[in-house]
Amino acid sequence: MTKLDLDRPQPAVVARAPRTRPRWSLRSRRDFLVFLAMALPNLALIAVFTHRPLLANLQYSTLDWTLGASTARVVGLANYVDFFTSDDAPRVLGTTAAFTLFTVGLSMVLGLLVALALNSKVRGTTFARSAVFAPYVLSGVGVGLVWMFIFDPGYGVLAWVLRGLGQSSPQWFNDPQLALTMVTIVYVWKNLGYCAVVYLAGLQSLPGDVMEAAELDGAGSARRFWSIALPLLSPTTFFLLITTILSSLQAFDLIRIMTPLGTGTSTLIYEAYLQAFGAYNRAGYSAAISVILFAILLIVTVVQIRFVERKVHYS
Amino acid sequence: MRSAFSRSNLVKTLAGGYVPLVLATLIVFLPLAWMALSSFKTPGEIVTTDLRILPQQLYTQNYAEATTTVPFGRFFLNSAIVTFVGSAIKVALAILTAYALVFVRFPFKNAIFVLILVALMVPPQVAILPNYVLIAGMGGKNTLWGIILPGLGTAFGTFLLRQHFKTLPASILEAAELDGAGHWRRLWRIVAPVSLPSIATVALVTIVNEWNDYIWPLIITDRPETMTLPVGLTLLQNSEGNTGSGWGILMAGAVLVILPVLVVFAMLQRYIVAGLTQGSVSN
Repeated sequence: MTKLDLDRPQPAVVARAPRTRPRWSLRSRRDFLVFLAMALPNLALIAVFTHRPLLANLQYSTLDWTLGASTARVVGLANYVDFFTSDDAPRVLGTTAAFTLFTVGLSMVLGLLVALALNSKVRGTTFARSAVFAPYVLSGVGVGLVWMFIFDPGYGVLAWVLRGLGQSSPQWFNDPQLALTMVTIVYVWKNLGYCAVVYLAGLQSLPGDVMEAAELDGAGSARRFWSIALPLLSPTTFFLLITTILSSLQAFDLIRIMTPLGTGTSTLIYEAYLQAFGAYNRAGYSAAISVILFAILLIVTVVQIRFVERKVHYS
Repeated sequence: MRSAFSRSNLVKTLAGGYVPLVLATLIVFLPLAWMALSSFKTPGEIVTTDLRILPQQLYTQNYAEATTTVPFGRFFLNSAIVTFVGSAIKVALAILTAYALVFVRFPFKNAIFVLILVALMVPPQVAILPNYVLIAGMGGKNTLWGIILPGLGTAFGTFLLRQHFKTLPASILEAAELDGAGHWRRLWRIVAPVSLPSIATVALVTIVNEWNDYIWPLIITDRPETMTLPVGLTLLQNSEGNTGSGWGILMAGAVLVILPVLVVFAMLQRYIVAGLTQGSVSN
């Protein structure tokens, strides 16, 4: 027995020993090389294809440069001045703001409603949870085509329903505001499940004793929702607000497939794409828009870190 | 605690619980069902004001036309190669980097981790122009390696696996260290096997993202030989137009892109949902 007790601490001592002995430097040199061999390929790829483009965009944004041309002219901040003094700024920033506001607001409100439905104690919630989440993982191109057919003013099922009600179908694809409405609806359909599943996790982690105490005190279900559940869910709400703003600002696939010309739907990301890879090949101007977009993403992320870093631990 | 809202009245819950549940499921299901049904309709059944829900017969010509108007077999093969090669390398790199960050001693690990967090917030869309200039300059336009290469570095997988590796008890590794096992053996014999669910999560999310990836393949390819499925579907859209009889063919194309992911999701949704909603559970 005593022998066992004596043995027990020993492995820990042996395991820690090399850290303080002279072998340390040899060992740590070997660890240094092992680390580089394991991590360097990935880190180099991230540096070249993720970090470098941020700096490259800054540089490109000071150029008057046609994509593919071998020469470019340095114009300083002219691209930014062009953007903010032309019609582009109100149009693109307005579209981005409207698209972000409506997609974020609708996915969060509807997501919470769906989460409340999924949180009920009936059979089939597991299946419904998966079903509701499914559109989130589907190809934006495929989903966009399916909904284009549904919205088609001539042969779409929506037009057919409207005809049955004695209405004619609006021109979803030609009218800028309707096009934006259409893409917003499809985007919410595709991303709603994400909000629902995250809200559901939040609802299921609410302290049961608090909810039951409130019930015993005679608080009705509406009162319990507004006064207890919703305030307790505020970290989840904040997390979703940030992540859905970030993903709305990056929405591309649906916009590209449903409104290739960006009619009414030219958000920052889409305008940057159109300027560089559309008809004009204005690489410098496109880079300036990318820099503006990145600045907005950065601000949103910094806000997130400032307000939730205390609660979400990254390490 | 689930019963907090509901125990007061079971009957009310059943009425109030099922209706929204069925409604939410239908809103997701109906557009996809419409896609599948329409893909089996003749042009005459689509270009009509007298709409029927079910196709008159199982008309498979849409699939035949979708796969011959554009080289769909080629797109499928390209997508499979890009997804398989890209995901395999990404997952391997994520495992190696995460292991190194957690278990190998190195002086600048915190700084490196901050750089990975920065990469996590850079959307690929912001990086496409500089990457296009670089890859096109290297001759990577219209090549499969040109599609795969820029996406190989993985901040997401590294981040997720690092978080998991940090939760492993140090004791199992100390035992292996005593046995004289080097890092390589410790990684593949101990850390990776006990982390299989997390690795599966990263792998599945990566596979789904690679399969659906659109903006980069769209920009770096303009010839059918190297296009992936989503880009090929855009080509099909351009050649079939967006009105009238082409819809049946386009719905057949959409089914071919959506169905593989839907099947994988149906089988492994637990891992995929967990991976995609990471971060929300930590608070």
